[in-house]
Amino acid sequence: MQDVREALYVGSRSDGTLIRRPMSPHLQVYKMRLSMFLSISNRITGVAATAGSALGVAWLASLASGPKSFATARKVTGNPLGQVVLAGWILSLVWHTVGGLRHFIWDAGHRYDKQELNEDGPVAVGVIAGFGLTLAAALLCVSGVRASRRAKAKGI
Amino acid sequence: MDASVSPRHEVMRSQLGRARGLGSGHSGTAHWIAERVSAATLLPLSGWFVVQMFRLGGADYEDVTKWGGKPVNATMLAALVISSFYHAEVGLQVIVDDYVHGKAHLPTKLLVRFGTWLVGLLGVIAVLKLALGKSSSRS
Repeated sequence: MQDVREALYVGSRSDGTLIRRPMSPHLQVYKMRLSMFLSISNRITGVAATAGSALGVAWLASLASGPKSFATARKVTGNPLGQVVLAGWILSLVWHTVGGLRHFIWDAGHRYDKQELNEDGPVAVGVIAGFGLTLAAALLCVSGVRASRRAKAKGI
Repeated sequence: MDASVSPRHEVMRSQLGRARGLGSGHSGTAHWIAERVSAATLLPLSGWFVVQMFRLGGADYEDVTKWGGKPVNATMLAALVISSFYHAEVGLQVIVDDYVHGKAHLPTKLLVRFGTWLVGLLGVIAVLKLALGKSSSRS
């Protein structure tokens, strides 16, 4: 037996033979609610933020390797597809941070009643969308404007 | 969990006997706290990094290496990389514990730990090279 929970599945027929009892339905019998969505999305954005951070480390490594590899990295971050990935990284970091802050509040023993949870969910979505999209847009715009200005200054 | 598996071969053992020794390794609380502490550490470090990226976004190689060569920046960067990938290691481990069962569990968990550790180490080495090495652009 690999999983301790398997022990709970052992049952017996009326003739005494052992059987594996069926699993009761769980996910499929519930209507998807915002709290469920925010719970699983906190994990998904955590994984996405890790993947983005690994790309961030690749950026650092290219910087440490020299000007040639950094130029390649800048080509990637300047590419529209790269910008989408960057925006996705920023958004998932903000998302995971907001989820984490809610966990801190719950760990401190606050806002954990059903009504409070349902009140806070839409607020969290608003903060994520507002702050995340603003931050992503602002960072990408500042970087883009600065990069094009420097390219122009060098051209002249 | 495979529904076709019959527990028949373990017929002499009680359910309590099966469960004993498979439960808590008495390290769950420490793991939980490590997750929270690293998350709390990441808040100020990430805030610092966002500010730096606003200052640095779009800058060219010379400016960015100069920035990375400053001791305070290198310290903050290394701290950010270490706590990021420590937090990732602790967090991804829980995800593997929850969703990967059976024989695949241990190898997946070791792979996740090794992977996050390796990427974090690459980040630290890169920061150290920026901070300590004479930049390769001058050579």
